Amino acid sequence: MLSQDLKTYLVVAAFLLIIGVYGVVQRRSFIGMLISAELILAGAGLNFMAFNRFLAPDPAVGQVFTLIIMGIAAAETAIGVSFILAVYRQFKTIDPIQLNELQESIPGRHADVDGEGVSPGQGERQ
Amino acid sequence: MGASDFFLETVFYAFVALTVFGGLLAVRTQILMYTVLGAAVAFLGVAGLFMFLGSLFLCMMQILIYLGAICIVLVFGIMVGYTPRQVAEQGIRGQNLLLAVPACIAAVVLLRSAVGRTVWPAPPDAPRDFSLVAVGRQLLENYALAFELISVLLLIAIIGAIIVVTVKEDPR
Repeated sequence: MLSQDLKTYLVVAAFLLIIGVYGVVQRRSFIGMLISAELILAGAGLNFMAFNRFLAPDPAVGQVFTLIIMGIAAAETAIGVSFILAVYRQFKTIDPIQLNELQESIPGRHADVDGEGVSPGQGERQ
Repeated sequence: MGASDFFLETVFYAFVALTVFGGLLAVRTQILMYTVLGAAVAFLGVAGLFMFLGSLFLCMMQILIYLGAICIVLVFGIMVGYTPRQVAEQGIRGQNLLLAVPACIAAVVLLRSAVGRTVWPAPPDAPRDFSLVAVGRQLLENYALAFELISVLLLIAIIGAIIVVTVKEDPR
């Protein structure tokens, strides 16, 4: 009965965490990174619910905590999407690597993307 | 193990498979809209797991907040924002993939072995209340401050999002 075993849920939550970290480091668009961060938060919520179901003396506490995680995830998404829209309007790019205005210039680094800014007309709408 | 138990186990495996498949789809697909689809599938799987963890309320809230609010906001952000496909996914292949995938697999294996080795304490024997009544009582008694702070946080997030997107564009 794997559905009555704490370890199953913990492994699924660990998978969500790792896949979220992988998505954050591998995506080259802000929306993709934001979605991966949401996966991490979902894994955290699943962990809380699993410990709540199997170990907690008062099972209402974990549900309250997971509910609060959901609220914070919703607020984070709203702020994140508005930042992405504002950054796109300001810099005309969604590539995180090209947003290096505050970065000290390091010779030889990002040489492949520097100077070839994305013009707004190029590419296709999704 | 009766027939209903077998059915429940099958449903449980289906939800786990939904979560895993959705997570993989969310990070591996080339098209950004499919990423949101994968995340939505993963959130649906997590909602099903919440049901198995004894909280139908959290299952409903997961569907309502994650699928109903967050995914809609993300889809909206993709549609309103201007997202050239090449830029969005030009980094999905590269030499670092050979390092990233084994690192992630190793992390999952390490966490799996850590979970497997830990001796968890026995669950408490006293009768426990999983009902929505208990959750509501906790929210309005012990955790009233956190509850109010979440409301304030959401209000600030809404106002902040409006302010951020309506800021005047800097001519450059």
